[in-house]
Amino acid sequence: MAKYSTNEFKAGLKIMLDQDPCAIIENEFIKPGKGQAFNRVKIRNLKNGRVIERTFKSGESVEGADVMDTEVQYLYNDGEFWHFMEPDTFEQYQADSNAVSEVVKWLKEQDICTMTLWNDSPLSVTPPNFVELAVADTDPGLKGDTSGGGGKPATMESGAVVRVPLFVQIGEMIRIDTRTGEYVSRVKD
Amino acid sequence: MLSSIRGFFERRAVLEVETPLLCSATGTDPQLDFFSSFYHCSPKDKEMFLQTSPEFAMKRLLAAGSGSIFQICKAFRNGEVGRFHNPEFSILEWYRLDFSLEQLMDEVAELILELLGTSVMGVHKISYTEIFEQLTGLNPLVFCQKKYADYAVTNGIKDAILLCEDDHSMWLDFIFSFKVQPYLDDDPLCMVYGYPAIQSSLARINDDNPAIADRFEVFVKGIEIGNGFFELSNANEQEKRFDQENEVRRSKQLMQVDKDEKFLDALRSGLPDCSGIALGLDRLLMVIEDTESLNDVIAFPFDRA
Repeated sequence: MAKYSTNEFKAGLKIMLDQDPCAIIENEFIKPGKGQAFNRVKIRNLKNGRVIERTFKSGESVEGADVMDTEVQYLYNDGEFWHFMEPDTFEQYQADSNAVSEVVKWLKEQDICTMTLWNDSPLSVTPPNFVELAVADTDPGLKGDTSGGGGKPATMESGAVVRVPLFVQIGEMIRIDTRTGEYVSRVKD
Repeated sequence: MLSSIRGFFERRAVLEVETPLLCSATGTDPQLDFFSSFYHCSPKDKEMFLQTSPEFAMKRLLAAGSGSIFQICKAFRNGEVGRFHNPEFSILEWYRLDFSLEQLMDEVAELILELLGTSVMGVHKISYTEIFEQLTGLNPLVFCQKKYADYAVTNGIKDAILLCEDDHSMWLDFIFSFKVQPYLDDDPLCMVYGYPAIQSSLARINDDNPAIADRFEVFVKGIEIGNGFFELSNANEQEKRFDQENEVRRSKQLMQVDKDEKFLDALRSGLPDCSGIALGLDRLLMVIEDTESLNDVIAFPFDRA
């Protein structure tokens, strides 16, 4: 994998740090008058999601990470792996529970997701921005019932729990913003 | 801003000069990377350099009897891009004959206070050693690697240990940048004087304490705006320092740089006692306009140039 020098650092660049694939979030060039220049970098570890800060000497090189994103369609899960397929090439990928842990509650069969691959292996999955799921369970939420204040909790077919308006009933399809986990609207058939 | 600056110097009878941007020689400082180009001629194209600062040319004028002078011009530093860095930037540089460093510091303060348009602000002057010790508890002049390393670990900058190793000057750069400079914005105008000698190649070593140099820096709202010295006029000493810098270049596998002989000749013929300073005008404009980055004050920053 190619090496990158600090003067190529920018947000989004994928590099290897301490054996883990990481993405640069922010890069600051620091140079005291006529002194050694440093790059102070904010980095997200793509394996565990943690954000760390690291300082490099300007001019240092780091190894690039073979990380790329691809669009895949969610097929099914067999309890151990979650299966996806690239719609154009029909290439299939198996993602383990680590890769899907945060998004499993938004996965709906046939939806197109973004998969991050590291050395051609699934590292993580990002669901589409909006997902339409059916309500599996919720209270009736009678009009006039103001105890909830801003709605009531509803459990989706995928297991996700979302706060919804009182009029939403079991079996209805609703649209959810996966980035915030919030109810957007009902889906009309 | 520029007309205010010109007015300031006119009232003080300081002459404005213009010297070449394209020069036949450049500085040996291993921390400064330069741009070069080739002039077409026979038998071999001549390498020319874009100036990293007008210092050498202006000192040649001083040696030739120009009297106190100032210049507003572009300078070029290769490989430096960031919120406060653009490879091409504007410098205001001036030299005052027979001024002590304190007198120059006062003049810089007057100029900056005038440009910032506030008469309420004063200047906070503090020595490098004092502020360093105040904020870190470490002595910057005495290199105790273990003490510096322990400090790094307890203060969240342990990256410094592997990066700086046993390089005293680099440790100072690291600690100053991360742990001292961020706190200088408590005072809108702050001057730090008495920089360690190991960090000040073009300044005279202090008569009373050889570990420090007659060098100061100006910080406005925590941003490094200028670098001033009581100028080194001893040609032999200057040549020795150039040689030392080339040695450092060699050890870091950087290319060697031919010493600027025209500059050394001028020193040999006699540089009058003077103090000089260079200010970053883009950064000064940033501060005056209260913006976050050079990109806001430069028409076409590097990646759009």
